[in-house]
Amino acid sequence: MTDNRTIALVAGVLALLTAATAVGQFLRRHPDRGLDLAAIRTFNSRLRGWWILCTVLAAAFWLGTTATVVLFGLVSFWALREFITLTPTRKGDHRALFWVFVAFTPIHYVLVGLNRYDIFSVFLPVYATLFVLARVAFAGDYKRFLERTAKIQAGLVVCVYCPSFAPALLQLDIPGAEHPGGNFRLLFFLILLVQFADCMQYVWSRMLGHRLVAPAVSSNRTWEGLLGSCTSTALLAAALWWAAPPFQLWQATLAGFVVAAMGFAGGMTMSAIKRDRGVKDYGTLVVGHGGVLDRIDSMCFAAPVFYHITLLVTGIKP
Amino acid sequence: MAPQPLEDSTCMLSPADIPAPSPEPRPDFRPRSPLNQAVGLGLAALARLLAGASVRWIASQPDTCQRVYFANHTSHLDALVIWASLPRSIRDVTRPVAAKDYWSRGIVRRWLAQEVFDAILIDRTDIKVHQSPVDIMLREAGTARSLIVFPEGSRSITGEVGEFKSGLYYLAKKRPEIELVPVHIDNLNRVLPRGEFLPVPLLSCISFGPPLWLERGEAKLDFLARARRAVLALKE
Repeated sequence: MTDNRTIALVAGVLALLTAATAVGQFLRRHPDRGLDLAAIRTFNSRLRGWWILCTVLAAAFWLGTTATVVLFGLVSFWALREFITLTPTRKGDHRALFWVFVAFTPIHYVLVGLNRYDIFSVFLPVYATLFVLARVAFAGDYKRFLERTAKIQAGLVVCVYCPSFAPALLQLDIPGAEHPGGNFRLLFFLILLVQFADCMQYVWSRMLGHRLVAPAVSSNRTWEGLLGSCTSTALLAAALWWAAPPFQLWQATLAGFVVAAMGFAGGMTMSAIKRDRGVKDYGTLVVGHGGVLDRIDSMCFAAPVFYHITLLVTGIKP
Repeated sequence: MAPQPLEDSTCMLSPADIPAPSPEPRPDFRPRSPLNQAVGLGLAALARLLAGASVRWIASQPDTCQRVYFANHTSHLDALVIWASLPRSIRDVTRPVAAKDYWSRGIVRRWLAQEVFDAILIDRTDIKVHQSPVDIMLREAGTARSLIVFPEGSRSITGEVGEFKSGLYYLAKKRPEIELVPVHIDNLNRVLPRGEFLPVPLLSCISFGPPLWLERGEAKLDFLARARRAVLALKE
């Protein structure tokens, strides 16, 4: 059943979260230490988020592969809602959007659940694209045609296609590891790296950062943050390489480095979209909802690359 | 749900005729059968889920006191989603105002309108002198029930909030003590635009604002403009 590595990983994460919570509560109770109160509040609310994330993930893992795929499917669906809500569409897009939500998104996740890599790897990028282009054309509104169809396509790829590679890790046949226990460890390894990279990006930017990557897009993402995040995440990945079944030490380190870089790119991309839309109306709409998309932007970019690195460096067939 | 245009009809009493004494107190909470209650709860939950509605009360509190909720009109879903956005205790005393020609057609619609939503159906085609829409609404509201109305009269095509028709003014004139609560509906027109019948599950936002009343001696156009501004102010 559960082997020693899983137990070690779970115990380690629990210990880390508990220790961090203790520190956070201590700092909250002793506001006279000269520390930034806003930063402590952010830290504590981040921690609450991680507890929730870990609880939900643990429940999904315990329920099995299908439950995890469904969980990611629901998160994707909600993220797509936020994405399209933020993006202005025209009435001519309505029918295309309807099928995107009720057919393409669920069918894609069903294909992931059925382990049909041959179909799901092209279903959204090819077939959904063709459908959206044709359906919008049939609707008869040609105004800014390419712009409108590109928005829907970008939403599908970023919110649905990309994150689905995370649960797709559960379907891999990893030599020498138990199934699906080893796969769950690999998925958890990815999520841990993504979260850690986000965190490190923030910390390094705060501590050393002064060269902004693109001031107009994000006022707190710096080159120092990117480099620091990539290095620290690679180190964490190296320290935890035993937990991720198919990897050797160097492979895990490489994965950590790339996951951090991709997560950073995801954050930048979502910032650009939000900046563009921020001056308009629907910014507040999603903020009130807590923003699922804000939480998963790094994961969206990191998941497919992590998946393909895993295949490439270990020679596993999908 | 179809709109009830608060038409400025000639049959309206002139302000001098007014304070029509409120009709007999009618605490008429016609008890709904458990089935209809369950259908109502289910539809409310479905509407909120489908429209991804986030509900905000801005400088305002939910209350079971008698109110008129007036909102911008963007979609067939408007009345249903406002009704669903109210807490259950308030929903039970609140009646949407809807068009009879649409809602009395067919068994299912009639049953939904009458038994589930307990809507007040107004005949738009047959407005009589002694049966003005405002009089019917006030009679049906009694002294305890709240109303949901759309003073623009019809669904906006562009998403902009149109000019208000004068029915809201006469409601306020005849029953000056009723709280008029502005409601702003954002993005529902993209969930279900005019002329479409399949909804796209985007996110919408329903904002309730602070109540307002007709000021003493306030002119009709001034009041209607102020009421419209109160709705627009919730947009931010």
